[in-house]
Amino acid sequence: MHFLANPARFRRFGRRVLPGLALATALALGVGLWLALVVSPPDYQQGETVRIMFVHVPAAWIAMAGYALLAALGASLLVWRHPLAALVARAAAPVGATFCAICLLTGALWGRPMWGTYWVWDARLTSMLLLFFLYLGHIALSRAYDDPERGDRAAAILGLVGVVNLPIIKFSVDWWNTLHQPASVLKLSGPAIHPAILTPLLWMAGALTLLYVLLVMLRTETEIDRRRLERLGDEGA
Amino acid sequence: MTGFAALLARDLRLVLRRPGDVAVVLAFFVVATTLFPLGIGPETNLLQRIAAGVLWCAALFAALLSLERLFASDHEDGALDLLLLAPWPLELAVLAKCLAHWIVTGLPLALLAPLLGVAFGLAPESLAAVAATLLVGTPTLSLIGGLAAALTLGARKSGALLALLALPLCVPTLIFGAGAIEAAATGDGFLVHLAILGALALVALATTPWAMAAALRQAGE
Repeated sequence: MHFLANPARFRRFGRRVLPGLALATALALGVGLWLALVVSPPDYQQGETVRIMFVHVPAAWIAMAGYALLAALGASLLVWRHPLAALVARAAAPVGATFCAICLLTGALWGRPMWGTYWVWDARLTSMLLLFFLYLGHIALSRAYDDPERGDRAAAILGLVGVVNLPIIKFSVDWWNTLHQPASVLKLSGPAIHPAILTPLLWMAGALTLLYVLLVMLRTETEIDRRRLERLGDEGA
Repeated sequence: MTGFAALLARDLRLVLRRPGDVAVVLAFFVVATTLFPLGIGPETNLLQRIAAGVLWCAALFAALLSLERLFASDHEDGALDLLLLAPWPLELAVLAKCLAHWIVTGLPLALLAPLLGVAFGLAPESLAAVAATLLVGTPTLSLIGGLAAALTLGARKSGALLALLALPLCVPTLIFGAGAIEAAATGDGFLVHLAILGALALVALATTPWAMAAALRQAGE
């Protein structure tokens, strides 16, 4: 962690790691997509639409892990004043929000043929939507100040508050849903996942995680450059 | 503790000097609630069904509307800097300010809401439930909204940003507040809902002052 605290060192580290990471992402994504779209059998109930799940489920995992990462970065900014944490958080929030949006959109596309509707106020869908709103708040707050460091610290506090609140929100949305529609048709409690489905799912999860890390690292480098340019501009003025 | 009382008294005195500010918030609450029957239609059954949610959402918006100025005026006239320098905990100071905000918004909203509930055709036991849930639930809104106000202090477009930050965090309170009113109408589980609402308020009371104080400290840096 502290090895990478120096932005210049992070850039050198990035220059060494990024090409390999990009190659690994492309390979894993290739294998994952081939397994998911070609090799894996269509589901006996869902038919070909089951393939949407290979993007949908990893996107949901990454979106949730991404918010936990924001909170961890917020803590390391506030507690240790880790100089890179703010830049990584600024880079990671929109990527996480995009994965959250991908999860919601693919879910809607899957829901239309399966449930006959794009959107239902199911507990899991609703908590995902609220997670998306929390992401939006984080992004908006970190960019709402003329002084970017002020926005970083405010967003760090918000990330910590959000991660404490997420279980409470999740619990209350579950409660709200059972209150309003007790007989949920959306329970996916089928039999345990068959390896023919599980293998491509794990490949896709790995590939999309690599993609997330790659995007966050690239965007962090951009943030470092942007900070430098702003500082140069301030000195020139 | 004397500092707490003094700050509370000062904030209340400031509001008393300009009672119009409170009146505007209450008027917004009344007007916003009145728009729903106009938009949805006057059928009594439908209005009874949506009354709990409408009253709670309108109360939430009204509470947020008044929060933007919670720390902004102190920030502008320098009082906030004195609070930051004061030898007693900033956590207590923000708590006093949130309490003052609740006394001048949450409390009147809770007293006013049953009157509007009558217009929605709610039964007497539901009206009591409306007042009770708002009494227990609005402190949470003041605390979470206060945190959002502290985080957005000095930001561009802070009003809209405050709502964007506070509304997702207020979802649990909204669910159990409106749920409790419905539970009172059907006659089961009202106290459970009210207890959870109280628990949410206590969690907010135990956690938000620290976050608010941290946000104000970094705003003062």
